[in-house]
Amino acid sequence: MNLLAIVFVAILANNIVLNQFLGICPYLGVSKRIETSLGMGMAVIFVMTISSIVTWIIDILLLQPFDLVYLRTIAFILVIAGLVQLVETVLKKTNPTLFRALGIYLPLITTNCTILGVALLNVQAGNNIIETIVYAISVAVGFTLALVIMAGIRERLELATLSSYLRGAAVSLVTAGILSLAFMGFKGMMTL
Amino acid sequence: MSTLAQEFSKGILKENPTFRLILGMCPTLAVTASAINGFGMGISALVVLLCSNILVAALRNVIPDKVRIPAYILIIATFTTIVDMVLNAFAPDLHKALGIFIPLIVVNCIILGRAEAFARKNNVVRSIIDALGMGLGFTLSLTILGIIRELFGSGSIFGVNVMGTAFEPMGILATAPGAFITLGVMLGFVNYMFRRLRIE
Repeated sequence: MNLLAIVFVAILANNIVLNQFLGICPYLGVSKRIETSLGMGMAVIFVMTISSIVTWIIDILLLQPFDLVYLRTIAFILVIAGLVQLVETVLKKTNPTLFRALGIYLPLITTNCTILGVALLNVQAGNNIIETIVYAISVAVGFTLALVIMAGIRERLELATLSSYLRGAAVSLVTAGILSLAFMGFKGMMTL
Repeated sequence: MSTLAQEFSKGILKENPTFRLILGMCPTLAVTASAINGFGMGISALVVLLCSNILVAALRNVIPDKVRIPAYILIIATFTTIVDMVLNAFAPDLHKALGIFIPLIVVNCIILGRAEAFARKNNVVRSIIDALGMGLGFTLSLTILGIIRELFGSGSIFGVNVMGTAFEPMGILATAPGAFITLGVMLGFVNYMFRRLRIE
């Protein structure tokens, strides 16, 4: 698959949140305000790129040559959990401004299933390193896009008169459904 | 101290992971296009939850507090890998349908949540009851969602056609937007019922 197609499919046609249902928890959790959702998006772009590269290298250099592919899930989740911790420590020392901006979102990312999901999808699809990096960044951008759009809608939804039964998660899910319907339109633009 | 029966029923009703705690949303949305997939996912998560709860409760005095989260993740990842292999060997169709969401049981917040909130403070028996209740609550919610989406989205239940040939399926319910909308409406409905029946 050429790289442009990967970018298009990952951001729009097959959006990670709205079409593949990964990362729903942060999608519902941190989409209350545009600023916080942007912060979360940036943190996800950052961590997903690094973790995809690292897990790809581990898969090629360690798991596959030694016939340990069945340990993928365990190896990847441990690497990701450790990596998030490492990124946090390194950022704190070297780039305090960025650290303050990403701040509280970094630890939340360990439980974000998009990170593990994308790492697994990449090695399962047999992508090479360039495709892996492009795919990881595109997926994360797609996640940020969906998150920011959702935050914009929810900021206005706060002011709407709504049945008390539907407030919170229920109405957010229905909104996400309508958004997902809109994103489905992109599927017609390219045959996957 | 609540009784074992209360411990069991809270997962199904009062603290239902899907409808009340809104946990584990990714598999809930992704695999419920058909009832059998929802049921399969629920049972897979139940098995992992049960095993991890037993082990976490049994080792609760051994695992040091500072490294407990990595230890729990390792325990959960081990059982997830076992479930992955068992499904691949004995139910290849289900394994294929659930796809990436089987390894992703590792990051299902319900399982880590129960280890952290319950199993590490309670004995093995209570942890088993807790896991069974929570797991069944999750399975039940997923199966109900699967039945609704399959019934209206393709006119069948568990793969058996029940609506007859004259029924025009609402294809949207079987696709991604349908998942979000069905779950959103269900949540609203459950909120309404809980408030109506004063279950709190």
